[in-house]
Amino acid sequence: MAKIKVKAPSQSLNAFSTSSETGKTLPPKKKNHLTLPGLENPMVEIENLDFYYGEKQALNDISMIIPKNKVTAFIGPSGCGKSTLLRCLNRMNDLVESARMQGTIKIGGVNMHNSPEDVSVLRKRVGMVFQKFNPFPKTIYENVAYGPRIHGLKNKAKLDEIVENSLKSVALWDEVKDRLNDSGLGLSGGQQQRLCIARAIAVEPEVLLMDEPCSALDPLSTGKIEELAVGLKEKYTIVIVTHNMQQAARIADFTGFMLLGDLVEFGFTDRMFTKPEKKATEDYITGRFG
Amino acid sequence: MARHPVHFEREIEKLKRMILSLGEDVEACVKRAVRALVRRDTTLAMKVIDSDFEIDQKEVDVEEECLKILALHQPVANDLRLVIAILKINNDLERIGDLGVNIAERAVYLSTHEKLDMPFDLQDMAEKAQAMLKGSLDALINLDTQLARNVCKADDEVDAMNREVYALVEERILSNPKHINSLIQLLSASRYLERMADHATNIAEDVIYLVEGEIIRHTNQQSEKS
Repeated sequence: MAKIKVKAPSQSLNAFSTSSETGKTLPPKKKNHLTLPGLENPMVEIENLDFYYGEKQALNDISMIIPKNKVTAFIGPSGCGKSTLLRCLNRMNDLVESARMQGTIKIGGVNMHNSPEDVSVLRKRVGMVFQKFNPFPKTIYENVAYGPRIHGLKNKAKLDEIVENSLKSVALWDEVKDRLNDSGLGLSGGQQQRLCIARAIAVEPEVLLMDEPCSALDPLSTGKIEELAVGLKEKYTIVIVTHNMQQAARIADFTGFMLLGDLVEFGFTDRMFTKPEKKATEDYITGRFG
Repeated sequence: MARHPVHFEREIEKLKRMILSLGEDVEACVKRAVRALVRRDTTLAMKVIDSDFEIDQKEVDVEEECLKILALHQPVANDLRLVIAILKINNDLERIGDLGVNIAERAVYLSTHEKLDMPFDLQDMAEKAQAMLKGSLDALINLDTQLARNVCKADDEVDAMNREVYALVEERILSNPKHINSLIQLLSASRYLERMADHATNIAEDVIYLVEGEIIRHTNQQSEKS
């Protein structure tokens, strides 16, 4: 039997081969992401999205569909534009001076950047949870009631119901029901993050954006947030940005890989982690990037 | 990145060396078992039987290495397919080793009983099965899916030979019943070679999965049904 040639690390992806011809074994791209099954029910439709910070282009001609009631994850190296894309979805980039956007983003069929509605009303449809948990310096109750209150809800009984349901949805109710008037800042990190998710869903958004929601949490709390994300997709469309690829693999139905402002590949998560279509995706997820 | 690529590469290279070493041992085992049968060499047959534990040990080592890589590195994409393919190929190789031992046991029986006029060309069938094993391992080394597909096709030939052997042995038993025990031993040897070819086919199918990411097993039956 022929002896194996030992290849130098990081030169070749394929198993036993040493040559550059290994690339030829990859089949050509078979599917356009817009035609993937499962995307018939879009919640977010992005078309030809370009985004600039001053002269610097951060997103290049992104077109994609984010399906309703699914978890969609964006992965990619730092600076690839995944957080920028996430922030475009609820117009948070409006707050960045010198930022400008071209293209369209529709959420539930409504153009987020060309709608007569007030931006705060539009943002109510898109909740967001950040990397660093940031409860208000208020009581646990007030943290959750804050959103519905500023949107005009004053009925105490209704607010109580929303607070209870929201905290139950994030599996925090049993842990805090006896101390709703304590400060939200007194909770543990994992609990604070769940409180932030409860605060986000209290206004019943259609889409829940999560920007690295577990990066400051221990594995146990991370597990709870991941479980939540999977559970919450029944009611909401979840979009998550994560550096933790295994997290994307565990919880996302669809995954997009971004690189230098491009959406390189978008598709079913299981396919992405077993047989990605693009070499750049393969290089990144197998740790051979760069 | 969750893991250190250079360290991971080292582990993968080690795993490849281990599976190839097992492949070499299994090829040698089959070759010696067939030779012992054809040449009525009891000593050689006993060597094959006695050395099976080495193959078994290597199989366990490869499996442990695969499990370690899965647990510690959580490979994905090409790396995941490689580890899974090796895990499965490992199993097939060990089974081929066992079949080699089975043939050696038949060789011991036949070499200690009256010599028979062979009713069929066992050597030819053995060469085909061994060529399939070699082809499947070469396909693994070179990631050659065309070669792997050729191995899959060759399995039909060995299956057909085995069916012919059955008919020939049946005929010989009817015409000469006093050699029934030896003829049954020969029939078993044929059956073991046919099973070896099946395992070589499995290995070839795993190579295709490794390279193309598609599981082609059972696809023929499915297309025939539809």
